[in-house]
Amino acid sequence: MSKQEYTITVYTENQIGLLNRIAIIFSRRKINIDSLNTSPSEVDSVHRFTIVINETEEVVRKLCRQIEKQVEVLKAYYNTADEIVWQELALYKVPTEVIAAEVKVERLLREHGAKAVVIRKDYTVFEVAGHREETDKLIRVLEPFGLIEFVRSGRVAIIKASDGFHEKLKEFEYREPGEEAIENEYLDQGEKVFTM
Amino acid sequence: METLALQKEATTVQTTTTISGSEAVLKALLAEKVDTVFGYPGGAIMPIYDALYDYNDRLKHILVRHEQGAIHAAQGYARVSGKVGVVFATSGPGATNLVTGLADAMIDSTPVVCITGQVFAHLLGTDAFQETDVINITTPVTKWNYQVTDATEIPSVLAKAFYIAGSGRPGPVVIDITKNAQLQMFEYAGYKRCEHIRSYRPKPIVRKEYIQQAAQLINGAERPFIIFGQGVVLGKAEKEFLRFVEKSGIPAAWTIMGMGAIPTDHPLAAGMLGMHGNYGPNLLTNECDVLIAIGMRFDDRVTGRLDKYAKQAKIVHLDIDPAEIDKNVKTAVPVWGDCKETLPLLTELIEQKVYPQWLQRFKDCQAKEDQKVIQNELHPAGDVMTMGEVLRNLNELTNGEAIIVTDVGQHQMVACRYAKMNNTRSNVTSGGLGTMGFALPAAIGAAYGDPSRTTVAIIGDGGFQMTLQELGTIMQFKPNVKIMILNNQFLGMVRQWQELFHQRRYSFVDITSPDFVQVAKGFGIPGQSVSDRKDLRSALETMINADGSYLLEVMVGKENNVFPMVPQGRGVAEIVLGSDEV
Ligand SMILES: Cc1ncc(C[n+]2csc(CCOP(=O)(O)OP(=O)(O)O)c2C)c(N)n1
Repeated sequence: MSKQEYTITVYTENQIGLLNRIAIIFSRRKINIDSLNTSPSEVDSVHRFTIVINETEEVVRKLCRQIEKQVEVLKAYYNTADEIVWQELALYKVPTEVIAAEVKVERLLREHGAKAVVIRKDYTVFEVAGHREETDKLIRVLEPFGLIEFVRSGRVAIIKASDGFHEKLKEFEYREPGEEAIENEYLDQGEKVFTM
Repeated sequence: METLALQKEATTVQTTTTISGSEAVLKALLAEKVDTVFGYPGGAIMPIYDALYDYNDRLKHILVRHEQGAIHAAQGYARVSGKVGVVFATSGPGATNLVTGLADAMIDSTPVVCITGQVFAHLLGTDAFQETDVINITTPVTKWNYQVTDATEIPSVLAKAFYIAGSGRPGPVVIDITKNAQLQMFEYAGYKRCEHIRSYRPKPIVRKEYIQQAAQLINGAERPFIIFGQGVVLGKAEKEFLRFVEKSGIPAAWTIMGMGAIPTDHPLAAGMLGMHGNYGPNLLTNECDVLIAIGMRFDDRVTGRLDKYAKQAKIVHLDIDPAEIDKNVKTAVPVWGDCKETLPLLTELIEQKVYPQWLQRFKDCQAKEDQKVIQNELHPAGDVMTMGEVLRNLNELTNGEAIIVTDVGQHQMVACRYAKMNNTRSNVTSGGLGTMGFALPAAIGAAYGDPSRTTVAIIGDGGFQMTLQELGTIMQFKPNVKIMILNNQFLGMVRQWQELFHQRRYSFVDITSPDFVQVAKGFGIPGQSVSDRKDLRSALETMINADGSYLLEVMVGKENNVFPMVPQGRGVAEIVLGSDEV
């Protein structure tokens, strides 16, 4: 089994310290987290982690089981890139005078779908939302024109096949959860165990 | 409307009382039927100790001599009683002293709840006196932890703590309570035990189709083999397990943690697995056709080299923790669930069978091990005493009824190899972490966990010196603990490895000891030391029959080795019976 990029989606309670509990599952195994984002989810009071790592599926599956084992984790899923819709947001700060002077820059920015967020006399901040390759490309483009600052957000991802967590949560509220809640425990779904 | 609301308010007011956070802690313990707490006071937990002053009649508190002793004692208590062990410790050094025990309880799935004091909430993060980040230090070694900064949370948080520690796959929980929360007065509306947390599923749902598949595999097997771990004990499923074993007719071997779940003398008992386990169960793991693993986690000390482990076998794995399935060893049939539920379902579906030829293989292996190892160990020809003969004599005196608490090293392996156990919850040892210094405090806890039984702590001369200050606890509170030091004047297990794998380069394993009998005497504990075989039996009798605690030191051979052995990095079938084979 070869390594590839997996996006892990974790539904959790909103609890201080949980970020650490989840992070150490990776660091303990010396696995690098490429990107991590925490946010609210479609369900009030339920938190959502989006974690990107590069690993084999076997390792990812085991990691997800370790994550789900945490008392305050409701559910963990993992998906490959084609199973999700995802975006990252990048911000670029460049000197305004360069953009003003060079027509080429304006065209390049337009080509990359960059949007100006702030325009000041001394600098301008652009944003691009997209995949990693797209946001990366613009760094190289802007470098010759005096890119002052660059930052990229963690990945956010929507699972294509998901019906959301509302229905699932109801199962968790019950004393005896139904099969919905424990689908991960269905090994006979083979390799797809953790996908929705 | 208004009057209704007022009435309602009035009734709630009636049912609450104003108490401090500290008192709420003690009320929670009583509601959870805790009878014994192991602890040590300090600045940040003083309000709880102050409240304890008035609860002394209802709650026994054992003042240990080091917080590590408190948590090991709580572990011993939990392992023997099946209840949750409870610890009090102060902030900073008090809490950090718990870490070894937490790691031990985590890896051996022992239910303990540790309550640590913490500095005032407004001082958190200021490097206040005796402030440490207990939550983050203990996160990797707890099943759950939580910091309380407001007293109103105490009842519900403690209810969660006990529920989480004791349910599903048990484990340690730390509740860190800031001093202001301990002191805070609040309206207490009673204690409600926790029975459900929506994000926590202690037991996976049992799937009948897997039970059926497992039964099919078992019924079609010619050389089936059961290996079991502490899961059987933690699931309180010893009866269900015995019925399964007896109906199936399948030989059953235990991991060190599973020992005692069935009587060690049972006709189908196949002995111990693992690095220093018995010859047959290790060797035949690689000959069986169906391997039924119950409540065990395929630790590397059990499997040896994984790519040479049971490759020929179809594996059925029963476990309550979904993360254990396929973690180390790929299973053919995963039976997820509490074995108290899954075993009866499986027993129902399997055929009553016997496997005379297959059992004969185990007997043949046993005979070979007897001849090459056990005979010399239990009945040595030379003058030098062996640990094995001490165990044989002990067995004859206790008839397998004692609780055996072991430390870590050669004596641990020998004790677990040779001790007889008729009852479950008789074996208390640090299996997963291998914590030297575990035995003495754990034995104190065990003695409180079941005072009706004899507790024997078997300890090496090295390990005893790690926590011997707990003799002070014995002196003061008088639990009945029989302490047996098997003194080989070496850090024996490390010396054995240096002999076998490092060309006898004995690097810092030569350890000198104080006069242990004199030390015990200083703590008011009687004892004696024997170095001659002719005195052994009567010394053991004196120890067992002593009114209270007793320390017996037995001088054993300095350079005896524990065999058989699966050398590290080799497969279970490459188990060796003597140093000539290493
Ligand atoms: C806290 C701790 N430190 C170190 C070790 C490594 N270790 C394992 S066995 C052993 C030797 C134990 O010697 P002793 O207590 O005399 O028992 P023996 O092996 O001689 O029976 C050591 C040092 C350990 N298991 N635990």
